[in-house]
Amino acid sequence: MNKQKQLFTISVYTENNIGLLNRISAIFQRRRINIESLNISPSEIEGVAKFTIVIHMTEDDVKKIIGQIEKQVEVIKAYYHNDEETIYQISGLFKIKSKLLFEEPQIQNIVKESNARIVTVNKEFFVIEKSGRKEEIELLYRELKPFGILQFTRSGRISVSKKPMKISQMLKAFNY
Amino acid sequence: METQTIKNQKKAAKVTERISGSEAIVRCLIAEDVKIIYGYPGGAIMPVYDELYKYQDKIHHVLSRHEQGATHSAQGFARISGKVGVAIATSGPGATNLITGIADAQIDSTPMVCITGQVPSHLLGSDAFQETDIVGISTPVTKWNCQVTRAADIPAALAKAFYIARSGRPGPVLVDITKDAQFEEFDFSYEKCTKVRSYVPIPKTVTGTLEAAAKIINAARKPLIVWGQGIVLSEAEVQFKAFVEKAGIPAAWTILGASALPTSHPLNVGMLGMHGNYAPNKLTNECDVLIAIGMRFDDRVTGKLDEYARQAKVIHFEIDPAEIDKNVKTDVAVLGDAKATLNAILPLINTNSHKEWHQQFKDLYEIEYEKVIKGDLYPTKEGLTMGEVIKEINIQSKGDAAIVTDVGQHQMIACRYAEFNKTKSNITSGGLGTMGFGLPAAIGAKMAAPERQVVSISGDGGYQMTIQELGTIFQQKAAVKIVVLNNDFLGMVRQWQQLFFEKRYASTEMVNPNFVAIAEGYYIKAKKVTKREELAGAVKEMMESKEAYFLEVCVEKEGNVFPMVPSGASVSEIRLA
Repeated sequence: MNKQKQLFTISVYTENNIGLLNRISAIFQRRRINIESLNISPSEIEGVAKFTIVIHMTEDDVKKIIGQIEKQVEVIKAYYHNDEETIYQISGLFKIKSKLLFEEPQIQNIVKESNARIVTVNKEFFVIEKSGRKEEIELLYRELKPFGILQFTRSGRISVSKKPMKISQMLKAFNY
Repeated sequence: METQTIKNQKKAAKVTERISGSEAIVRCLIAEDVKIIYGYPGGAIMPVYDELYKYQDKIHHVLSRHEQGATHSAQGFARISGKVGVAIATSGPGATNLITGIADAQIDSTPMVCITGQVPSHLLGSDAFQETDIVGISTPVTKWNCQVTRAADIPAALAKAFYIARSGRPGPVLVDITKDAQFEEFDFSYEKCTKVRSYVPIPKTVTGTLEAAAKIINAARKPLIVWGQGIVLSEAEVQFKAFVEKAGIPAAWTILGASALPTSHPLNVGMLGMHGNYAPNKLTNECDVLIAIGMRFDDRVTGKLDEYARQAKVIHFEIDPAEIDKNVKTDVAVLGDAKATLNAILPLINTNSHKEWHQQFKDLYEIEYEKVIKGDLYPTKEGLTMGEVIKEINIQSKGDAAIVTDVGQHQMIACRYAEFNKTKSNITSGGLGTMGFGLPAAIGAKMAAPERQVVSISGDGGYQMTIQELGTIFQQKAAVKIVVLNNDFLGMVRQWQQLFFEKRYASTEMVNPNFVAIAEGYYIKAKKVTKREELAGAVKEMMESKEAYFLEVCVEKEGNVFPMVPSGASVSEIRLA
């Protein structure tokens, strides 16, 4: 059994229901597990929401957590994957003073080289958006920091698994 | 004329009626065959009480003296009947007072529906008078909960609530209904819920697991069965007995599993866990196959997990997949409802007797009898023991009474020594260990099964936590037999202080009131016993009473419960003194 802690991405397919976030986060809180990142979005199935939760723990413990999550009435199915088994991305936004764009030509090079893009420019500020791995966004942060960042925010992880998660078939079976 | 098809027949049957949300709540309860509910009125639930007044010929509302009492009564009702217990309360403090009972029902898998009133929806989140976020508060301790703000959503919410509470592994649910939804009129119709898309109440038994389990059981030389409340909840007592007898395997129980197999059954080797019997605890660490059925390896049962049955192959019959490998790693997990899986495995099991192995249990029982049981049941020293009180109750009940206990020393003694002929006879707070559970739970049990003798056994501490429910007993004329084993101590904590805190009795000594006078204040017949020669007669008088009866027995002040697996020790380190 795997006792080594590592990052896992938990994907939870649920009925879209008020209070379910509370119910699911309580499972982690009760066991003193820190949620590294959390994202809730619609899924590929209409009316079904998808929670993407990143946690750092052992595989043994993640299995137990999956059991507790699936036990919730409005959870359809929960899966867990390690980083090798998923394609995942996060997104970062950087707000910077507009005059720097002209005073510091390096910024444009950094944006180009990091495959980021400028999403808006106005008189006061401009906004850089970068999607990718956490490390890439952190690197961009370090590169932009010396010029002064007015605001920075990073999203939770979103991910799709390499192998199929057979939710549609499962819902069909539920409906028999 | 239209052709009658199944489709339009169903349509035709769905007649709606324009009624208020509050009337709908009562009509939903009637449709779910609810005849007794426990509760306490208040502002935000008043429209429902107004309807209960109109429907009192159909639903009997029991006015508890505290909302916690209402939940425990609903639990007692559920535990003895196997039906869903219902508790109802107002918003704010009414709702928060339900929480202990809900948490108790959650950890002990008791089917219960709680309905709470809530402030009108336009006031939600405004810190209105008696507003509390009960959905948020109850989330971690309910199987499911929801808030309803429109009358039209009431029938579906309650149908779902009852379905979820009773199906699969049962549990408590809470439906919070705003006052405006109670007043609002709508077109009412009721359909029972039979499925929820995302919810699998009974998991499929994985192909091959029954065969794999049977193979291990048939090859076992020293197998041990440990069973829990799963047998009772699944009503699998007959199948379980057949399985135990055919396989000839000694079987031991968790306290919530007690009474699923009669105490007198030769293969019933007693209670597991911290204050359980010597043999099943000791031999857990000697068996070669451990067969767990409908139990969850609670820490009070397993002791130190790293030294629990390490030598054994473990088979786990379980309805809740989250319990598999949660505490004890299994070799074979047989998922499903115990009744179905036990039925299915029976033909695969070889007839056996395991005589030599069984003899080991008998030998250890003899040791326990000499060192502990004899002194508990047939004491020669002066002070009355808790054990001899239970023995007298056994003599009078002949093992047919339902025993409802509170939490503490008396609970362990009652569970150890009470004789049970019938299932659903041991009603106690196991997982949560809720002091104050016993008295109100006994009310619910007696009202659900008026034909049964229901004996509530409490200590002097827990009894005073819900003592106000004597008022409910009096008003309902519930013929509950109430025994208080009084040692003027919070006995279990005192025992731990004696054993592990060098007798520093911090806040465990109780200066007690005149319990007889209090019972008599509620017009309940009452007696106090201090001497051995008075005991048998008093117990007989109590058991023969047609109405409620209170019996205080003054027992030795510093009696201890043994055997004992010290906290954090292995089950095989069980102490006899």
